[in-house]
Amino acid sequence: MESDIRALKQKIIRAASISGEGHIASAFSILDILWVLYHSILRNDPAQPQDPLRDRFVLSKGHASLGIYGILAQRGFFPLEELNTFASSSGRLGGHPDSRKVPGVEASTGSLGHGMPMAAGMALGLKIRGSTSRVVCIVGDGECNEGAVWEGALLAAHHQLGNFTCIVDYNHSGDRALMLGDLCAKFSAFGWETTEIDGHDHAQIKAALAPHGGDVPRAIIARTIKGQGCTEMENNPAWHHKAPKADELEALLAQLT
Amino acid sequence: MRKQFVTTTERLLDEDERVVVLLGDIGVFAFRNAFKKHPQRIINIGILEQATVSVAAGLAKEGFIPLFHSIAPFVVERAFEQIKVDFGYQSLGGNFVSVGGSYDYAALGCSHHCPGDVSLMQAVPGVEIIVPGHPAELDALMSQTYASGHPTYYRLSERSNRSAQSVTFGKAEVIRSGNGPTVVTVGPFLDRVVEALEGKDATILYYTTITPFDAATLQQHAGDGRILCVEPFYEGTLAASVTQALRGKRIALSSMGVPRQFLTSYGNADYHDRSCGLLAPDIRARFEELCHV
Repeated sequence: MESDIRALKQKIIRAASISGEGHIASAFSILDILWVLYHSILRNDPAQPQDPLRDRFVLSKGHASLGIYGILAQRGFFPLEELNTFASSSGRLGGHPDSRKVPGVEASTGSLGHGMPMAAGMALGLKIRGSTSRVVCIVGDGECNEGAVWEGALLAAHHQLGNFTCIVDYNHSGDRALMLGDLCAKFSAFGWETTEIDGHDHAQIKAALAPHGGDVPRAIIARTIKGQGCTEMENNPAWHHKAPKADELEALLAQLT
Repeated sequence: MRKQFVTTTERLLDEDERVVVLLGDIGVFAFRNAFKKHPQRIINIGILEQATVSVAAGLAKEGFIPLFHSIAPFVVERAFEQIKVDFGYQSLGGNFVSVGGSYDYAALGCSHHCPGDVSLMQAVPGVEIIVPGHPAELDALMSQTYASGHPTYYRLSERSNRSAQSVTFGKAEVIRSGNGPTVVTVGPFLDRVVEALEGKDATILYYTTITPFDAATLQQHAGDGRILCVEPFYEGTLAASVTQALRGKRIALSSMGVPRQFLTSYGNADYHDRSCGLLAPDIRARFEELCHV
């Protein structure tokens, strides 16, 4: 499995390199979480991406689109080779995910603070309908600067959306602008059940994402490393939005063999 | 018109299980019967418009038809990016019903004035904009469009025309036809336009659907190209639609509406009509000016 994830990271780096575009480090920050979600947690069928009985996943921090594309392709929602069309004029895989174009993408995101309350609305709709499907979203820590995230947090707790889980990709990249402090305490104060995990430890991720029942939404504060797996990229702001040049590419790929 | 909004919405809640109403902590008492009857599908969501519009988009994704109701600046201006991206770009259907357009809440000051709502909503491709001039028109137009699959903006006015027109979504009504300039007016301004043009040789076109704009009716009744727009929102809001409808034709366009400046005084809507020069004598004077072009 670890080698599979490294191979997927290589594909993501190559896709970014071809296009000269992409938030690779943001994608690597959440790739372990996505892997566990799509291999062990979410009920979904690549052959029926609109199956009403599916679980929903919303990537609220849409700029990490290379991560969700990588997982969706690896799971068979579309061919892996399509990753190499990333951000091309004729392709459907953009710098932010588009639910109108990409099978398996539930919401078009990009404007931070939109996806989380949209996911809450999906959870509310499923609850009204009496569905057993659940909704999971990932927000970034920088995204938690947005007031709409906390509006969504208020609403999810008030409307007892026990079918809703919000994972915070807490890689601390936003600290240089605004310190968020103890996010568990903040979500708890908003009425959520909270847990803090190592966002790269698959056993911890899986345990935190296990169905929990009840009517309280769950926040998972995932300690993550931006750019995880590539030493010079890890927690390096220079790599926030940067594609590797030819001379950087081989060195990055070599670290992932 | 607000009473009719409640009546129509209650009927839609009864008839269509897909309808979910989100109130921005206004109109809650008026909807008390609906809260009893449909506790799961009418929610006093609170005062958090940005998340409300995103939540509404999530509901739309799950097959519901959301209806969000609040005061115009908070529906449109506060949550504009959510309307643009979550509804507009994602091609989701939903209903946005505002009160307090332009200076209906004059005494509450600039934060509650909203003459720019229609201009803003026009900037989102796919949005439908409806400005009824009478409660019966609101009922007809909501019934026709609430499930259109588009984001639809309904601008409710505190003041209504004395009688309703037989209105159809997307169609302008020809109130009267003449040989002089053509006057294009909207929703609650119809009565004053009719009064202003008494005895004048004019064509009066009445629009309750602003977007999509009924270009065909204007093309058929544009006469010699002298057009006066009398608008209950920012002046010039209709100009792009009118000039696009009449492209290639020589036109003289004159627009009357709320001036593009902050209104710093309070009072009531009638006061602002006077101070903005939007009463019948003002309209008649502008029409006569156009007659000499």
